[in-house]
Amino acid sequence: MMNKIEKTGSDRVFDTVNLVLCSILFVLVAYPLIYVVSASFSDPFAVLQGQMKLIPVGFTLNSYAKILEHQDILIGYKNSIILVVLGTGINFILTFFGAYTLSKKDLYGRTVITMFFAFTMFFNGGMIPRYLVVKGCGLLDTVWSMIIPGAISMYNLVVMRTFFQNSIPDSLIEAAEIDGASNWQIMFRVVLPLSKSIIAVICLFYGVAHWNQYFQALLYLSTREKFPLQIFLREILLLSQVQDLVDTQGFTEQVMQGEGIKYSLIIVASVPVLMVYPFIQKHFVKGVMLGAIKG
Amino acid sequence: MAKTGIIQNNIRLMKRSGRKYWQLYLCLLPVLAYFVVFHYLPMYGVQIAFRDFNPLDGVTGSNWVGFKHFQRFFNSYYFQRLLVNTLVLSLYQLVVSFPMPILLAIMLNELNSNKFRKTMQMVTYAPHFLSVVVVVGMMTNMLSPRTGIVNHMLSSLGVEPIFFMSEPGWFRHLYVWSGVWQSTGWSSIIYIAAIAGIDSSLYEAAIVDGASRLKRIWHITLPGLLPTAIILLIMQCGSIMSIGFEKVYLMQNDMNLSTSQIISTYVYEAGLVEAQFSFAAAIDLFNSVINCVLLVIVNTISKKASETSLF
Repeated sequence: MMNKIEKTGSDRVFDTVNLVLCSILFVLVAYPLIYVVSASFSDPFAVLQGQMKLIPVGFTLNSYAKILEHQDILIGYKNSIILVVLGTGINFILTFFGAYTLSKKDLYGRTVITMFFAFTMFFNGGMIPRYLVVKGCGLLDTVWSMIIPGAISMYNLVVMRTFFQNSIPDSLIEAAEIDGASNWQIMFRVVLPLSKSIIAVICLFYGVAHWNQYFQALLYLSTREKFPLQIFLREILLLSQVQDLVDTQGFTEQVMQGEGIKYSLIIVASVPVLMVYPFIQKHFVKGVMLGAIKG
Repeated sequence: MAKTGIIQNNIRLMKRSGRKYWQLYLCLLPVLAYFVVFHYLPMYGVQIAFRDFNPLDGVTGSNWVGFKHFQRFFNSYYFQRLLVNTLVLSLYQLVVSFPMPILLAIMLNELNSNKFRKTMQMVTYAPHFLSVVVVVGMMTNMLSPRTGIVNHMLSSLGVEPIFFMSEPGWFRHLYVWSGVWQSTGWSSIIYIAAIAGIDSSLYEAAIVDGASRLKRIWHITLPGLLPTAIILLIMQCGSIMSIGFEKVYLMQNDMNLSTSQIISTYVYEAGLVEAQFSFAAAIDLFNSVINCVLLVIVNTISKKASETSLF
């Protein structure tokens, strides 16, 4: 803060208390993350026995090697990558079209159309009617069922529209118009190159959401070969646990094998998202703030 | 006369806009189609809640039965349990997870070390990007009664193993506090932005007047955050009944059903697993109606009390 003036006694106490509280919070938030990373590199036996507390015990990459042998995970990984690429592409194009069009202040019907879209943020038909529509469109059990029904997030559209309204100078677009550029040319040659930061943010919002989605897969997909990673993840991380609860006889070889890969699997499943995170953190934050201006 | 003038004027504007922007209207077409098909068509389809839906007859061809499904739901023995579980879980979550980001934002703002603040932000935002499956998977494994680290630590303190994931009494705490772990950092961003927007001359004046740090927080920072906080509170109240299906469903098992069975998971079970489409749609509709009513009530109260409102 700005006060480099004299600090009173109570301020020093405040600073100390705040620092201690923040440090405690830091440990609480960071510990589970560090634990998972360390556990993934440790000897599964040490982890299950509780010997591994913070730093890897009996460093090994065995569990990662086992994941590569797991057919389901490879299928899931492939499907999730397809889903992210295809889904984000469609999300971006539609959101861009909608956001740019609705950012035109003199577009006839702009307010009505915006309200028509925004209304869906507060009311929806619910799970069952939506399922029937997806079924009626013949999308059931295709990769499209995970993409088309959520093709646009109104929240992201509003964020992007706000950006266009505030950050692209009108004079630039007018100049292009005078030069005889059509609306499409303006969109793709003027606006798009100027919006790289917001595009990165929106695409990452969508991309992360696609990578993490499991609910739609649960609803709409029935063929195993089409499942995304999160569904297999659920099977391995959660459903097998129930069996484990019943079995109270020590660690059998099979349980050990199953348990051993869980932490590594969590890492493998989260790495794509966490890898882009540090690079993008700054932009992400900007995106949230943009949305806050006119949420 | 005046009326026809307005209409003529409108038509003129429409024509001009159409000539200038026909390419943009064309771009808007698929967007419009998306909203109509995947948002408004399901709203129209809600009428199956009042019919006996039969896939052969379609949505509009099925028999009209009025409030039969609603009555069946209200009279069922699990109605009370579902309602109580849904309300308790979401109110608990609201009360805990609403003030947390505000506190975190203030604490981070008051930190003297820039480096520590940056690190704190980096770490607290990270869990937001993990999927629900991963978060629940981490919980199940770390809290496992035999192999989880938490129970190992407890047993070294001489505490008997706790069956966290299957004990009904633990479900709500785990749900809410794992949510706090995952989303507090991310939700604090908006408040950090609001704090940055507070006029710094206010703080300088307060320092000159000899106000302590706590006084400055209480009299300047908190009032500065109030409008943002109220808007977010209204939005959260409006979604009380639509508390996340995904995580609850993942945390659910046969042993903790007495607290973890909520309306939305029941809709899924009844509708898509047991194929009672109309019955499930009716429950879902009941849920949405309560949500809307809550949203309007909270919005009205806030409008009267603080002149801040969503609409």
